[in-house]
Amino acid sequence: MGEHHGPAKGISRWFLTTNHKDIGALYLWFSFAMFLLGGSFAMIIRAELFQPGLQLVEPEFFNQMTTMHGLVMVFGAIMPAFVGLANYMIPMMIGAPDMALPRMNNWSFWILPPAFTILAGTLFMEGGGPNFGWTFYAPLSTTYAPPSVTFFIFGVHIMGLSSIMGAINIIATIVNMRAPGMTYMKMPLFVWTWLITAFLLVAVMPVLAGAVTMMLMDIHFGTSFFSAAGGGDPVLFQHIFWFFGHPEVYIIILPAFGVVSHIIPAFSRKPLFGYDSMVYATASIAFLSFIVWAHHMYTVGMPVAGELFFMYATTLIAVPTAAKVFNWITTMFRGSLSFETPMLFAIGFVVLFTIGGFTGLMLSIAPADFQYHDTYFVVAHFHYTMVAGAIFAMSASVYYWIHKWTGRRYNESMGKAHFWISFLGFNLTFFPQHFVGLAGMPRRIPDYALQFADFNMMSSIGAFIYGASQLLFLYNVIATIRSGKKDDTAKTWDGAEGLEWEVPSPAPYHTFSVPPQVK
Amino acid sequence: MCFKAKQLCKLVLYPAIVLLSIFGGSAWAEEAQRWQVNMTPGVTEIGHKIFDLHMLVFWICVITGIGVFAYLIYSIVAFRKSQGAESAHFHENTTVEILWTVIPFLILIAIAVPSTKTLLEIYDTDDADLDILVTGYQWKWKYEYLDANGENVSFFSNLSTAQGEIYNAEDKGQHYLLEVDEPVVVPVGKKIRFLVTANDVLHSWWVPAIAVKRDAVPGFINESWTRIEEPGIYRGQCAELCGRNHGYMPIVVHAVEQEEYDAWLAERKAKAAQIKELMSKNFTLDEQMEAGKAIYMSACVACHGVNGEGGVGKPIAGSPIATGEITGLINILVNGKPGSAMPAFGNQFNDVDLAAVITFARNGFGNNMGDVVQPIDVYNFKQGQ
Ligand code: HEC
Ligand SMILES: [Cu+2]
Repeated sequence: MGEHHGPAKGISRWFLTTNHKDIGALYLWFSFAMFLLGGSFAMIIRAELFQPGLQLVEPEFFNQMTTMHGLVMVFGAIMPAFVGLANYMIPMMIGAPDMALPRMNNWSFWILPPAFTILAGTLFMEGGGPNFGWTFYAPLSTTYAPPSVTFFIFGVHIMGLSSIMGAINIIATIVNMRAPGMTYMKMPLFVWTWLITAFLLVAVMPVLAGAVTMMLMDIHFGTSFFSAAGGGDPVLFQHIFWFFGHPEVYIIILPAFGVVSHIIPAFSRKPLFGYDSMVYATASIAFLSFIVWAHHMYTVGMPVAGELFFMYATTLIAVPTAAKVFNWITTMFRGSLSFETPMLFAIGFVVLFTIGGFTGLMLSIAPADFQYHDTYFVVAHFHYTMVAGAIFAMSASVYYWIHKWTGRRYNESMGKAHFWISFLGFNLTFFPQHFVGLAGMPRRIPDYALQFADFNMMSSIGAFIYGASQLLFLYNVIATIRSGKKDDTAKTWDGAEGLEWEVPSPAPYHTFSVPPQVK
Repeated sequence: MCFKAKQLCKLVLYPAIVLLSIFGGSAWAEEAQRWQVNMTPGVTEIGHKIFDLHMLVFWICVITGIGVFAYLIYSIVAFRKSQGAESAHFHENTTVEILWTVIPFLILIAIAVPSTKTLLEIYDTDDADLDILVTGYQWKWKYEYLDANGENVSFFSNLSTAQGEIYNAEDKGQHYLLEVDEPVVVPVGKKIRFLVTANDVLHSWWVPAIAVKRDAVPGFINESWTRIEEPGIYRGQCAELCGRNHGYMPIVVHAVEQEEYDAWLAERKAKAAQIKELMSKNFTLDEQMEAGKAIYMSACVACHGVNGEGGVGKPIAGSPIATGEITGLINILVNGKPGSAMPAFGNQFNDVDLAAVITFARNGFGNNMGDVVQPIDVYNFKQGQ
């Protein structure tokens, strides 16, 4: 009892580990691998779209690429990345020795690699992989799907299971294992946003599982949930999908809000302006996320009353979101700012996410959405929130905490270069997509009319730049781990606050075996 | 400090002016232009209203954005640690927080009013002068002009861009991917109601200039309408992923004056009447072979080859189906072969053309079965299934 032991040796350390830091690291590495995989699909897409005409791939394969890019990025890269971060940081932030359910933690990670092996494996099956878009609308994904769709469904089930187990673990940890004195309203914001995210996950992942199970029944057991010919309704699929899908986008972005709310105060050397209102804003966004799903379906032929309800509810999301943005900037106002890489990414996040928020407001206006829907304007919008939102926040987190994880300093100039190249590449890729979208270019097409050529070429060049900058990131991370300057100071950043900064760097294998006292 | 503020002003105003000049222009052509950066207001009243709404929200975003980003840039520039800034320690201010909740809320209400009005107008599909049933197929559109007397006019509309252009063997034409063999012809100034549905998977019928986008859902009929103010040619595309050739099912609308429309419709009806007459006619083998060859060379040659030698499709020359039981041959033409690339032609061609091409498959390329398929045979086959 009480004796500290280090990690097991060899490969079994990773397979059998129940340590939150090991599992966090596994999640982070896995998600980065998926990020590169999904990114290479994006490179194929942008290479084909570099010029009008078909040059590299056939439309069937192009459709598989857009589908797999979306699935891998959402379910393989972004979600596991934040789960990894949660695993690593939440116990340290709340003064707990580990996650509440460590064995389940091991399991929820280790079922992911098989799930994605199955998913990626579909690309090599007869008839090709999923080609119906990451939203997999029926009946394209049922009656008209390639045979590999069954494996896709199996893969989705497994990753859903993983997410649900991860979420339960996070809830159990936060509710039960906070250090004495850490009341809910004293929890760090990353913990708060994750607690809310975990509840969203538990609520909607089963809905996704239901949707794919109904697909499975339609495909193999003769039911007609989504087939009008048998008395079903293809639109029903969209309702179910987006009932999951809209909370899903907040599952992706709320933890990002959390980390930005740590990083901005740290580098402003000033407390977060409105902690309480941040918590309330997060909770209201989470609530609203359940009653806006049909704004993805304005053109599907809903009755006008439904259309109006979803429009009003959707515009409301702008209110708590605006409160958050004002909050971050007011935290910076009259601070003492420095601009190390995490802060650059956090500011980049605020700027670009705000732009994504603006286009989101535009898209929420149902009549105007009749022109925007399913165009590149939408593609631009959600990449401003997903890439410049979630992925920028993720990069910021890695730079912010990597010293805590490894006890080594990363290379600051390389980090800054990573930021500026990403920022430039990202905007060059996605800003012109607003233009082609408004001018009338539909999404998910392998080839386009000549008037869209100029902006598409810009977009492709930007994408290659953005893609390349991620290799710089990878190099910087590996170089830090292997040969970064050793430094065991507990507090990496002079302005940072929180329990994780009170333990040495790298954080010992077991932190807080004795709970700290929080005042 | 004063100097800084001036610099900041410039920094903020300059992009705003650039934006203004980009978005301020109002000379929009009917078609998307190179370097076009904004939505088209199009040629309908609703289109203009949607455009105005879009610009209203856009400018609200731009103005808010200028405010937010000026605040951000000011904070970044003015409170740098490297310049010796010391941090204040204020936080929480209920008045400020209430203000930045209430003001956005009021702005939202200001947007909601015109949005609701426009939406209600879009949904008002009553009292149409003309109904057109639009059906999405993988990967083409079918248009059916509904007629009170049951004399419907219907036809398919396919992409007419050559494969060579798509695969970069030929130069791409001006309307690359936005051109069809048979455009939808509609009169200007009339309320046209589109009844949109689909035959297989989801599609979405979208023509930006006439401000109509409606999902085509198999088993359901969605309604939408437009009243086009100016004659012209308006182009659009399928906007819902529908499989392999989703990018290759464009829409072309010809809006013409009423007289021209009437003439076109009359001609269409006459043609339909003519086909009706031909239905009862008995063709000779030579007539059928000649007509059938022409159809084969346009509709079948890509898959079955100039000499019936096959390719994507199986060979026609010596084919067991073409030379076997006649209903088997009629069946594969009418219903296609599900699960293969062989399309169902039963709805794409009228019975007269089907009979001709079937006769050709039966007797061409040395198959020489000697029998002639008449339109009535195809008709009876369809009735019997
Ligand atoms: C998109 C490609 C495509 C087009 C266009 C097409 N076919 Fe086919 N066709 C096929 C394929 C593929 C098969 C083989 C189906 C199978 O048995 O798997 C086939 C089979 C056939 C057969 C039966 C051959 C046999 O012996 O099994 C006939 C007859 C035929 N097609 C006639 C036509 C005619 C006439 C047209 C033009 C009106 C036409 N096809 C247009 C692809 C096409
Ligand atoms: Cu389509």
